[in-house]
Amino acid sequence: MVALLVNDREIEAKNGTNVLQACLDNDIYIPHLCYLESLDLPSASCRMCFVEIAGEDKPATSCTTLVRDHMVIKTDTPAVRRLQRTALRLLLSVHRVDCKNCYAHKRCELQNIAKFLKVGLKSKPLNRYLKDTDIDEDHPFLNYYPNRCVLCGKCLHVCRNQHGQSVLTFANRGFNTVMSLYAAAEAPSPSCEDCARCVDICPVGALALKVNQEASIHHPTEK
Amino acid sequence: MNQELTTEEKAALKSIAKNLETFNKQRGNLIPILQMVQEHLAYLPSEALRMVAEYLEINACEVYGVATFYNQFRFHPPGKHPVKVCLGTACHVRAGDIILENFERKLGIEDGETTADREFSIERVACVGCCALAPVAIIGETVHGHMAPSKVEGLLMRIEIEKDIAKREKEKSESEQT
Ligand code: SF4
Ligand code: SF4
Ligand code: FES
Ligand code: FES
Repeated sequence: MVALLVNDREIEAKNGTNVLQACLDNDIYIPHLCYLESLDLPSASCRMCFVEIAGEDKPATSCTTLVRDHMVIKTDTPAVRRLQRTALRLLLSVHRVDCKNCYAHKRCELQNIAKFLKVGLKSKPLNRYLKDTDIDEDHPFLNYYPNRCVLCGKCLHVCRNQHGQSVLTFANRGFNTVMSLYAAAEAPSPSCEDCARCVDICPVGALALKVNQEASIHHPTEK
Repeated sequence: MNQELTTEEKAALKSIAKNLETFNKQRGNLIPILQMVQEHLAYLPSEALRMVAEYLEINACEVYGVATFYNQFRFHPPGKHPVKVCLGTACHVRAGDIILENFERKLGIEDGETTADREFSIERVACVGCCALAPVAIIGETVHGHMAPSKVEGLLMRIEIEKDIAKREKEKSESEQT
C-alpha cells in the first residue's frame, strides 16, 4: 500500500494502481471517458482525466500515472480544468446534441462531465462539424450513432475481452473516424443480441440494441 | 457499398486466393496482403476483404478498419473517366474544394467513390505540378486548368457527347460492314 495526498486529503492505494482508479475508489471524482479497469494498457485517448502532480511541470493523465508513495496530487487546478474544458468542447463540437431524443439522456457521461465542469452542451466558441450519417442500422441487433460517439473505444475492448476478437473496429481517419460494425453480422463468434456488453459500457448514447431502443422511444417513462 | 464484380474481377479473386498462400498467416502481413489484392483488382471490394479476413483468421471488421485508415487503399473501382481534383496548396487557395464539390454534386458521388455505371470516379489529389493553372482538375489524362464551377457541367457533358459520337460511329461502321 502507498499513501498519497489528493486535494489535501490522505488516501491509500495498492501499489500498481493508477491515480485515476485510486481517486475514484476514494470518491474523488475525476472526469474520464476512455478508462477501463480491465484494460492493461490504457488508451488515454479522451484527454479528460488530467491531474497536477507536485514536482511535475505539466498536468498528467491520471489513468496512465501509477501511484507512488507520498505523491501529492491536485485534481482541480485551473490548468487541469482548462484542459478538461477544452477536451470536452472539442468532443461537443462533433456531437449531435439532441438529448431529449437520445436514450442516454440523464445517464450520459457527457452530460455529467459537462455539468461537473460547468460547460454548456453547446460547442461554443467552436464550430460544429457533424458527420453526414446520423445512424448506422446495418447490424441486425445494434444501432450505431456516429454523431454521438466519443470514440472512447470501450465497446471494442469489452467485445474483445469477451469474445477474443472484436466485431467493432475504428474505421477511417481524422474527422471521419467512426466505430464500424463492418460485416459484424457474419462474424462467427458472438451473438450480439445476447451479449450487448458494448451497449452497456458505452458512456453516451452511441450504441443501442434495436429492440430496447424502440421500447425506450415509444415508452420513455417505462423502464 | 459494393458493386457487382465483373467477370475479370471474379477471375482476379481466384488468382488472389492462390497468391494468399504465399503469405504467412500473421496479422503483420495484413497490409502487404491488402497491397497485393489491390494490385490485382485496383481496389478492395468487400469480397476480397472477407477473403483476407478468412485467410488470416481475423474478423472482417478488423481488416476493414486497417484498410480504411490508409489513403492508399480504395474501396471503389476506378471509373472509366477518373476525375482528379487538385487540392494542393495553390489549388486550395484558389477554391479547389468548390470544384470538388461541384463534381461531387453533378455526379452524385463523393470523393473516393465511383458512379454505379463505373463511368466516373472522383479522387482528390495533392499538387499535380501546374500550380500556375490553379485550380486544376484532371479527367482521364487531360489537365483542365483555371477550373471554375461553371465549367464542370460542360466538361462532363463533353465526355457524354464524345461517347455518343463514338457509339454512333461504331454502329455506323458495323452496319456498313454487314
Ligand atoms: S449522447 Fe449524451 S450528450 Fe449526446 S445527445 Fe445523448 S444524452 Fe445528449
Ligand atoms: S460507441 Fe460508445 S463505447 Fe464505443 S467508442 Fe463510441 S462512445 Fe465509446
Ligand atoms: S480516462 Fe485518461 S485519457 Fe481517457
Ligand atoms: S496545387 Fe494544384 S497543381 Fe499545384
